[in-house]
Amino acid sequence: MPRPRCAPIWRVGFLVPMILLALLAIPSLALAQATPDAVPTTAPSAAAVAAPVDASQVLIGAGADGTAYKIDTGDHAWMLVSTALVLMMTGPGLALFYGGLVRRKNVLATMMQSFILMAVVTIVWAVIGYSLAFDAGNAFFGGFRFMFLREVGAAPSEYAATIPHTTWMVYQLMFAIITPALISGAYAERIKFSSMLVFSILWLLFIYCPMAHMVWGKGGLMNAWNGGKINAIDFAGGTVVHISSGVSALVAALVLGKRKGFGSLAMPPHSVVISVIGAALLWVGWFGFNAGSALSAGALASSALVTTHFAAAAATLGWLFAEWLKSGKPTVLGAISGAVAGLVVITPAAGFVTPMSAIIMGLAGGIVCFFAATSLKHALGYDDSLDAFGVHGVGGTLGAILTGVFAAAAVNMPPIFKVEGQPDKLGLIEGSTTLFTNQLIATGITWVFALIGAFVLLKIVDVVMGLRVTESDETDGLDLSQHGESGYNLEDDVFGGAISDSGSGHGAAAGAGAAIPASAKSIVAPA
Amino acid sequence: MQMIEAVIKPQKLDAVKSALAELGILGVTAMEVKGYGRQAGHTERYRGAKLDVGFVPKVKLEICVADGDVNRAVDAIVAAARTGEVGDGKIFVSPVNEVIRIRTGDRNEKAL
Repeated sequence: MPRPRCAPIWRVGFLVPMILLALLAIPSLALAQATPDAVPTTAPSAAAVAAPVDASQVLIGAGADGTAYKIDTGDHAWMLVSTALVLMMTGPGLALFYGGLVRRKNVLATMMQSFILMAVVTIVWAVIGYSLAFDAGNAFFGGFRFMFLREVGAAPSEYAATIPHTTWMVYQLMFAIITPALISGAYAERIKFSSMLVFSILWLLFIYCPMAHMVWGKGGLMNAWNGGKINAIDFAGGTVVHISSGVSALVAALVLGKRKGFGSLAMPPHSVVISVIGAALLWVGWFGFNAGSALSAGALASSALVTTHFAAAAATLGWLFAEWLKSGKPTVLGAISGAVAGLVVITPAAGFVTPMSAIIMGLAGGIVCFFAATSLKHALGYDDSLDAFGVHGVGGTLGAILTGVFAAAAVNMPPIFKVEGQPDKLGLIEGSTTLFTNQLIATGITWVFALIGAFVLLKIVDVVMGLRVTESDETDGLDLSQHGESGYNLEDDVFGGAISDSGSGHGAAAGAGAAIPASAKSIVAPA
Repeated sequence: MQMIEAVIKPQKLDAVKSALAELGILGVTAMEVKGYGRQAGHTERYRGAKLDVGFVPKVKLEICVADGDVNRAVDAIVAAARTGEVGDGKIFVSPVNEVIRIRTGDRNEKAL
């Protein structure tokens, strides 16, 4: 494979993401919090509560009734665990799930697309992402108050009154990490690593942060709990995470185009084994995603965990039996895909529906997503490699809409829906159409925003640096072409090749000494 | 000296190995191969995508024997490897010019 004549460091693909990250990271060194918040050992007096009560700002350091705050250790312990569980969903959950589904020559690159976001999104979130999402700002995006995590300290924010602001921030970070990672299912096996980095950073800033703000941020357009104009509910991210990433995935699949050989070459998963492990980790991790969104260790968390689990179970069976009937055999890939679909569908509804409703929602999700990932995809012919749209886009849409159907006031009643003199009603099954209508509107807004936003961002990146790898790089596999690595060196004691360079830097002197070319290892790329 | 190349079903490898050992033939090279003939492959399904996998896993044996042993060896392989189902495999016999034992340098019949 021909090497570039100039050293890699001067190539656009390397420079653009490095410049972007430098712009974000270097100022943070200068502007980092000078004095971290003192961690109180006893509850401070009311006079010590710093933030003035100002409706246009996020309240920090005050409990719901304005008195000095108190960290609830039970809530906090659960939230710290939930934070870890959600990160686990990305690494290794999603990395394994997606990694097993691609061809062997792309396994590392696919896993890297999840892993690297654990690193990159973290920095961007700390510098500006968190503030853009959760500072009060306007109806569409937050401001810069929390940039470089200023004012994010031990005192709780009004978003979660019994846990430190830092925990709330880092919990939300885990959501911000997994959401762009989900999109990788659509551009798998053909995107340039550098372009993927740049696109993901831009997508985070211009699509995820505004979405998170609109649905969960104070004063967000679609925030039924706190200042919304379109009062929709989304417990853990049906719109913010799944519709936004799923629809963006569809756009990415269309903009990038099909993989070379798609439709004629067989491209089976190289290891469903790995995907099963990943799916199981996703299922368990989702308890942190959904039940953690209760932001407390009380009854709501229990309710959300139960609905999450039941939906996953029902959806597994739904997909499996739909497939068994349609194709004759129940596949393992079908079972795990069903589980994930159910988890997606219940995400917006987890803390709003009853367990039995969750079973119905899961069943519907499993069946609908089965058809979306098989019949619909084959009918329309787009190459959504790992069904990011079929599962997350379609599942998220179904979930957001069914939330409006099955939401039960007895489970969790946002005050904005209370009507004076009338019994509390939330979902369609309780006889109210208000929420249902709002869910439809919120879903529509998310679709349009993600469709247009993803398209614009993809096109910008494509023009500046190109999205797709070259044909020969795609044939060789991304592991080799993008990362210079092989996922599995199982025969390396026979075919491993010889050391071509004693370990100093780039090894640019290919003609030096008696170096045996590293391609003594034959690369049989099943193109 | 003749080279016997036998493509057999993988599950018959042990039986063939034992049958050859009974004849005193203790040197065999075996490799995992894929092939097809009259035996059709199988179908796999991944999220609705149907894949027709035309190749079937087989084992290929290469056994070099003295001229006088060829018929007995072939008969033993056939008896051990036959199941009666399509896909039992084939045996090819071809002449060998020279055989050398690497350790000692013995040539031809002495090297067998």
